[in-house]
Amino acid sequence: MVCGEENLDHDVYSACGSDMMSDVLAYVKDQAVLLTGLVNSQVIRTAEMMDMVCIVFVRSKKPTEDMIELARESGIVLMTTEKRMYEACGLLYKSGLVGNGVKHE
Amino acid sequence: MSESVRFRFNVDGSNFTTAGQASVQVKKNLRELGIPAEAIRRVSIAMYEGEINMVIHAHGGEAEVIVFEDRIEIILSDHGPGIPNIELAMKEGYSTAPDNIRSLGFGAGMGLPNMKRYTDDMKIDTELGKGTTITMTVKF
Ligand SMILES: Nc1ncnc2c1ncn2[C@@H]1O[C@H](COP(=O)(O)OP(=O)(O)OP(=O)(O)O)[C@@H](O)[C@H]1O
Ligand SMILES: [Mg+2]
Repeated sequence: MVCGEENLDHDVYSACGSDMMSDVLAYVKDQAVLLTGLVNSQVIRTAEMMDMVCIVFVRSKKPTEDMIELARESGIVLMTTEKRMYEACGLLYKSGLVGNGVKHE
Repeated sequence: MSESVRFRFNVDGSNFTTAGQASVQVKKNLRELGIPAEAIRRVSIAMYEGEINMVIHAHGGEAEVIVFEDRIEIILSDHGPGIPNIELAMKEGYSTAPDNIRSLGFGAGMGLPNMKRYTDDMKIDTELGKGTTITMTVKF
């Protein structure tokens, strides 16, 4: 956990993983969680524009102070994991987060 | 008939880190005005793509957002190199962005088509060596 602990009671059902913000902006629809190995302030702004609520940085990437500040202002939860993209996505997928924003049931 | 509200921003073309600030601010302002969430989302994505383009392709410029009773207009003008072939630039996947931009997460050639997709109307006025003005409308 990096920041946004106060928003942790929010349930999420979908996620996507990408290092290209261009693709996130173009292809993502209603996913709540972004997994990425990219570290710059555009990651936070992209998530904010897409109404995403949580960003997970993979491969132990750490967001900068500026990014943490931006995320706080937008109420976005930041997390980091040492897992690589494929594995981190797999874990979330296994725990029930889907890819296309529709809740399975 | 309520009066229209107008926001203006300078977009700093020399700083990739601050790119998108205007779009974040517009999103906040539109929320305060009580604009429908779906319209805010469309404005946000289209304006953010356009703002990033102004920074990575055109050394920055000015952004203006006008809120009318039933629609929002976004006007992005820059004094960059202009777009030589609009039809080509509008194609998904066409990008002249250099590798260093790609390593920052942009340059897939998806921005302009995405702006078109999320808006009800998009007009590009461009003159080589003079600059580009993109006017987008989102109805709600
Ligand atoms: N404001 C602008 N001034 C000059 N050229 C532009 C401008 N906006 C876009 N272009 C040109 O049009 C091309 C396509 O733009 P588009 O936004 O679709 O893709 P991109 O910016 O290269 O990548 P992406 O948006 O996926 O990150 C750009 O690569 C660039 O050559
Ligand atoms: Mg672009």
